[in-house]
Amino acid sequence: MSHVPTGKPTGKEPAGLRYPTNGKTIYHRPLNRSKTAELSQSSFAYLFSEMVTYAQRRVTGIQELEKRLNNQGHPIGLKLLDLLLIREPARSQTRPLNIISLLQFIKMSLWQHLFGRQADRLEKSSNPDTPDEYMIIDNEPLVNAYISVPREMSQLNCAAYVAGIVEGVCDGAAFPARVTAHSVGGNEDGEMWPGKTVFLLKFQPEVLEREALIASKV
Amino acid sequence: MMSASKASRLGEEIWKTRIDKVNSELVVLTYGTIVAQLCKDFDSDYVEVNKQLDKMGYNIGLRLIEDYLAKSNTMRRCANFRETAEMIAKVGFKIFLNITPTITNWTSDSKQFSLVFDENPLADFVELPDDGRAQDELWFSNILCGVLRGALEMVQMQVEAHFISDVLRGNDTTEMRISLIRYIDDELPPEDD
Repeated sequence: MSHVPTGKPTGKEPAGLRYPTNGKTIYHRPLNRSKTAELSQSSFAYLFSEMVTYAQRRVTGIQELEKRLNNQGHPIGLKLLDLLLIREPARSQTRPLNIISLLQFIKMSLWQHLFGRQADRLEKSSNPDTPDEYMIIDNEPLVNAYISVPREMSQLNCAAYVAGIVEGVCDGAAFPARVTAHSVGGNEDGEMWPGKTVFLLKFQPEVLEREALIASKV
Repeated sequence: MMSASKASRLGEEIWKTRIDKVNSELVVLTYGTIVAQLCKDFDSDYVEVNKQLDKMGYNIGLRLIEDYLAKSNTMRRCANFRETAEMIAKVGFKIFLNITPTITNWTSDSKQFSLVFDENPLADFVELPDDGRAQDELWFSNILCGVLRGALEMVQMQVEAHFISDVLRGNDTTEMRISLIRYIDDELPPEDD
């Protein structure tokens, strides 16, 4: 980096941002400092609930609400892709080059980082009409831990926020996709995972085309 | 009255043993996305964004106080506002954000003090927009002011809190000013005639 701000206005630069003189800027802060730092789960729950409540006031339907949560997660996914890769040891620092390695990256690295454990399962759509669909399954999404969805909004799954993060990772890795979150837990008594959520990834046609092309050349 | 060092030990103890934890970056990035969304929705009207953040914080504070009381297990009222400050900095901030801001700049009447944040996890990864206004108008961590206002109101203290400096604005410190307006009397239910 050629220009690390020092906080001293040189007089030559026009306006620009001001920086503290003691070097407390993001450029001086080690990128890995908060890699393993922890905060309380309640703090997350409070913030997330305010985020959802606020979003709810500005939309008219569940779909729109989920879209909004998705949009808020998207830029995080884009940035986490780079952040997580740069933290990998050099030999495994390569970006995912096919759908399977991308899904593995999401299931393992992304989930582990954000939620402290891997996602529970990966699946490919068994329907021959939708070869572009893949699923990441989380039995108990952390973001929904303190959320109870009212009956009249039973379609809502606030993990749409996480779907947005996943979508951001896919887009950033050049595997453009639509990602949505669906509750599949069911309400029967004795259900083991009532909050079970499927993240449905629907890749753009060009992703599958490229995948087929690569496969045919190997 | 609880001494400063005792409050500090209590905060540590609760953080270590009684708090469910998550990766800090999940929290930090989520807060970032909230502020970014507000800036977008209010067309970079940062004064309004500050207000909205304060409101969100207030809503959080109203609920967070119970969590705080349950975890800290201090069923006793603080003897005075100085003790309240100790508990906020060394127990409250410790158990929710794992930081302990420094208490300083008391006024002689013991009704106003500052919290100086050496660390502020909410601002990790943050740089304000370079639009010539954000650094003069936006208080990025303003939600914290609302949290204090809401939480203290639930324990009969009306306070006013605002930031007076922020490293994100190019200041050398991040400092919040808190003033006790009054102790709220327990309101009696209206009399039956």
